[in-house]
Amino acid sequence: MSRASVSSACAAVLRRDLTLAWRRRGDIAMPVLYALIVATLFPFALGPEESLLQRIAGGVVLVTVLLAMLLALDAMFRSDIEDGSLEQLVLAPQPLALMLAMKILAHWLTTALPLIVIAPLLAGMLHLPVAVMGVLLLALLLATPMLSLLGAVLVALTAGTRRSGMLLALMLLPLCVPVVIFAAGAVAAAQQGLPWVAPIAWLGAALAMALVLAPLACATALRIALDA
Amino acid sequence: MSAFLAMGGYAAYVWPAYAVFFLVLLADFLSPLLRRRRNLRELRARLARQTARQQRPASPTVHP
Amino acid sequence: MSKWIPLWLHKLGSPPTFYRFAGTLRPWLLALALIAGAVALYGGLVLAPADYQQGDAYRIIFIHVPSAWMGLFIYGVLAVASFVALVWRIKLAESVAMESAPIGAAFTFITLVTGSLWGKPMWGTWWTWDARLTSELVLLFLYLGVIGLYHAFEDRRQGARAAAFLAIIGIINVPIVHFSVNWWNTLHQGSTIRILGPSKISASMLWPLLTMMVATKFYYVASLFGRVRADLLDLEGGKEWVRRIAGGDDAPNRQAPGERA
Repeated sequence: MSRASVSSACAAVLRRDLTLAWRRRGDIAMPVLYALIVATLFPFALGPEESLLQRIAGGVVLVTVLLAMLLALDAMFRSDIEDGSLEQLVLAPQPLALMLAMKILAHWLTTALPLIVIAPLLAGMLHLPVAVMGVLLLALLLATPMLSLLGAVLVALTAGTRRSGMLLALMLLPLCVPVVIFAAGAVAAAQQGLPWVAPIAWLGAALAMALVLAPLACATALRIALDA
Repeated sequence: MSAFLAMGGYAAYVWPAYAVFFLVLLADFLSPLLRRRRNLRELRARLARQTARQQRPASPTVHP
Repeated sequence: MSKWIPLWLHKLGSPPTFYRFAGTLRPWLLALALIAGAVALYGGLVLAPADYQQGDAYRIIFIHVPSAWMGLFIYGVLAVASFVALVWRIKLAESVAMESAPIGAAFTFITLVTGSLWGKPMWGTWWTWDARLTSELVLLFLYLGVIGLYHAFEDRRQGARAAAFLAIIGIINVPIVHFSVNWWNTLHQGSTIRILGPSKISASMLWPLLTMMVATKFYYVASLFGRVRADLLDLEGGKEWVRRIAGGDDAPNRQAPGERA
């Protein structure tokens, strides 16, 4: 068999993961439903008063999306570990970091994108002012890939363990604190009429770095975790 | 002495703080001691089992 | 690379040598810690005068600040040891890293509790989201994550390597978190109470503080030595030198397979 070029290998990995996810399209709906339910819990807990909900809307949507992604993160590598295809990927001649970046992209497309699509609905239920909706979407577009990238590194580290979702949350959430602060802070700033471009810019810069570094870290983590 | 213990009225905050300091560090100090004792006990038990196995009349197939 | 490392440092990397070395030093380090601690406490609790603004409540500073410092310092040691463990795969570095984590977590926990107990009489609230306390809380979560990941693996050495990697990722995060929490505090102006020290730190208050910092440092090394020794017994359980320690009279006559000095 001839050695595939890097770009065709990338396309193949992406296509494979998207196809597999499409075959389990029911699973794509799960994080969305979870986010919807959790977002509706807040009015039940705090009361329907519009001014209060309006103040917390941006933060609640962001945290809800984060938690929904956390739930789905575990599945990023699990089926590939179980059937051995992940080890094949590690042994393949193509650069592992690139292959993993494609897997992370596929995971983000099938997990985060649906969440971003319903985010306006969630925010609307919590009375987020329409003028701020654009900032929220932009913040989510920058924050969710960061979550996917950071999460991938941690899921790779736990690849060989008796997986506990709680452990993943415990490891991931401290790393997500800056992302949450800047993403929700941008929305809050926009809501207060303050300049919001600065936190968005920080998010963008962090995402740029993560796009380069996280797949490399993920490859290293995978080699550590799979190498007995 | 009682003025010292009263800590200017803040005794309810100062002394529990110092208590937490000492108790947590004491727990930290004791933890490896207990672990070491447990390890040595298990090690000795394992060694005793190994020597007992060797002293038994050797069976043709089994080898520790 | 090995030329600039002195021979004694090389030898120290061998488990039985380190075991003996740490065992000899540990009682002295503990003694130094206790003496320095006693002196510091006497200076802080008895000799130093009450603060002008905070009365006697400020005396919590003598354990709060050294604990906060140790929480951060130990994480630094953890990160360096993790780096050494990952790059050079030295068993002892793995042990030092993993056994430092619980001690660091303990100090961070003390920092949070004493900070809370200090905040209540001074500013009327058990908890405040100022930059330092919030960063300490995130630091505690980082520690717990490292400890949790280490124990999630069945192979201890693999677990140590994974947790070491996590520790290095975490330390990059610590300044980022501090920076972002600072920004967050400026955005949400509200109850941004900063837990500061006493109004002016006079010399009579400073030297007990510094002495306690020295005392906690000695304690950390002493505790670390104790933990690493216990860990080495665990890791090297099959080796001859451990068997000799466990009780040489019933050591088996034959050499264990793969035996090395």
